Amino acid sequence: MTMATRVDGRKADEIRKLHIEAGVLPNATGSALVSLGETIALAAVYGPRMLHPKHLQASDKAVLSTVYSMVPFGTTERNRPGPSRRSIEIGKVTRQALEPAVFLAEFPKTTIDVFINILQADAGTRTAGINAASVALADAGIPMRDLVVAIAAGKIEGEYAIDLNGKEEELTDCDMPIAYMPKDNRITLLQMDGDMPLDDVRKVLDLSMKSCMQLYEAQKLALRNRWIKAAQQQEARTEG
Amino acid sequence: MSEEFLKNRDFVVPGDEILKSMDYLPGRNTYREGESIHAKKLGLTSVSGRVVSVIPLNSVYIPKAGDMVVARVIDIQSNGWVLYVSPICNAFLSLSGVRQYIDTNRMSLASVYSINNLLYTNISAVNQLDSVYVTMQDPKARKLDDGRLININPAKIPRIIGKEGSMITMIKNKSGCRICIGQNGIVWIQGREAEAVIEILRLIESQPYAEGLTDKVAKMLDNMKAEEIKDDYGDES
Amino acid sequence: MIIDEGYIAALAAKGVRADKRQPFEYRKIEIQHSPFSKPEGSAIVKIGNSTVLAGIKLGVGVPFPDSPNEGVLIANAEFSPVASPEFEVGPPEEDAIELARIVDRGIRESHAIDMEKLCITAGEKVWMMNVDIHILNHDGNLIDASVLAATAALMNAKMPEYDGEKINYDVKKKKLPLKWKPVAVTFAKIGNAIIVDPTFEESKVLDAGLTVSTKDDGNICSIQKSGSAGFTREEIDMLLGKAVEMGKELREKLSHDASILKF
Repeated sequence: MTMATRVDGRKADEIRKLHIEAGVLPNATGSALVSLGETIALAAVYGPRMLHPKHLQASDKAVLSTVYSMVPFGTTERNRPGPSRRSIEIGKVTRQALEPAVFLAEFPKTTIDVFINILQADAGTRTAGINAASVALADAGIPMRDLVVAIAAGKIEGEYAIDLNGKEEELTDCDMPIAYMPKDNRITLLQMDGDMPLDDVRKVLDLSMKSCMQLYEAQKLALRNRWIKAAQQQEARTEG
Repeated sequence: MSEEFLKNRDFVVPGDEILKSMDYLPGRNTYREGESIHAKKLGLTSVSGRVVSVIPLNSVYIPKAGDMVVARVIDIQSNGWVLYVSPICNAFLSLSGVRQYIDTNRMSLASVYSINNLLYTNISAVNQLDSVYVTMQDPKARKLDDGRLININPAKIPRIIGKEGSMITMIKNKSGCRICIGQNGIVWIQGREAEAVIEILRLIESQPYAEGLTDKVAKMLDNMKAEEIKDDYGDES
Repeated sequence: MIIDEGYIAALAAKGVRADKRQPFEYRKIEIQHSPFSKPEGSAIVKIGNSTVLAGIKLGVGVPFPDSPNEGVLIANAEFSPVASPEFEVGPPEEDAIELARIVDRGIRESHAIDMEKLCITAGEKVWMMNVDIHILNHDGNLIDASVLAATAALMNAKMPEYDGEKINYDVKKKKLPLKWKPVAVTFAKIGNAIIVDPTFEESKVLDAGLTVSTKDDGNICSIQKSGSAGFTREEIDMLLGKAVEMGKELREKLSHDASILKF
């Protein structure tokens, strides 16, 4: 397998410029903003909270509800607001990527609502959304086994690369997003569209998991900044 | 957050390994896996004796029997009152949970507690999160009248109460205000210095682990002229 | 969360507010211009803790038969459930639709945009301008924040190139033909007291609301009365005057550029 040279000059195993900020929405129990290059995802967590109507409740655990949506102006051509088949599918795989990390059994009959808004789409939106949701859940004080990190890898003109941007995605014939729980060493989302030899799929997985560790550190740092650095700064302000 | 406070504590996020030893037991907000104890919630580690736990920095209120909460009447049914306690659950106050005998043929439940009334009440039972019961048959329980209401992050309530109630007792004594602290994060304050007390509570909420917090609060309290303390109303320490 | 409704109403009667503002004083207003690269124009506006995004997308379409030589304006608003525990998933409800229509009328009736300049071939091809409002955090007065965000986005919008067949979104140069900068000022009546820029808590206890949009020359371009109580004629006269005066201050904020969200 050879590594691709990229339109934006990145190395094949180099992710785009990453910024994570936790606690951006005062009303939500927890929230996070994640940007990877031009892709920007926002996640808000509300809950655990009451779930009505009753028939939606699970008597032995909380329901994790994930809604993925995109703002109408987040794409090159305006996209119509409201759910699409694509957004419903992404909502489902996002939920299943996060569920293994959350101690849902602690809150029977309630719901933990995760709302993901893609504010700008430039490829890799579902993985950006999962990263945002993971930080937002932790920020909300939801009990979890682990954080969940996610990244997509693909193939550009026969060569493999991590974290494709929109321009690269137009040229790609292969896209493989993954979500991963680093401490538990569990892959919780794995999708692939394309045409790759088995051996290369394994290598791309290796590439993705290496980047996952980078995202893991960035998620932790964002949470620390929100809760430790922010408190210390505020204390310093009131002292001065 | 003061260096002193952080010295013996680590900031952890879910999944972080706190320590690896079978000599320690996993306490609140932690879980064991193999020999390791891991954090379940974002927070600060705390080791007390052999028990390892995490002090959460953010949380929603999960009702627990024995907690005192500030709740609002949102519905009246034939056999009791439905109270809002937190986003996670409502609670039910049945006729047997009030002090007086109510003959439902002769009087309406609304004449006892009406919609929007605020109650300082005790969680008597939590069967499941959709069946939480409260009682007014508790010496501290009472109906709350004119006062100020504020919402505090429930994770910061223990800090506002302080060790064995030290912080809140100091605030009450020096301010002369009547204060009811709900474990659900809702706080009721009555008295001439209510605004100043709110300022103090907000300070504790925003900087719960600041260096010299108790001294800072004491200083703010000394700056206000204390009212006569009328009674030991709403003392939950 | 329980809102201290009685307290807020009692305060209002005394002419005081929970956040210590004067009755006719706005919260801190911040505007971030062009935070996004995909939309042709965009803005983030924060009034206190209310945070609103506006995005402008331009496309090419067929004009309406009754205005064959004018571009088309479509305003839309979404109360995303990220913004408030009270917002739910689903199609826009009446408050979101009302908000979108106030934004629409603010731009349309003020003739903020010279719509004739958005005509490409009369009767056949015109620019379709979508103004989308997306609420991120609801702490009251979403209308003023949304109109401000829409106007800011109109100011910084750049039109993509069009060669008669295809739009090239990679090249955006020309500014929109913006003639006026409409802004909205919202008042709330609580009991007999009147305040500007109500917070979420204040809007929970308000008896009536009044939103007045004005343009740079002081003309009024839209009014919306809401709530289940009424205003006296004297109150309306006073508030219309206030709206013109305060609208000027809001319009001055539009030239500032803050950093609200970092990417």
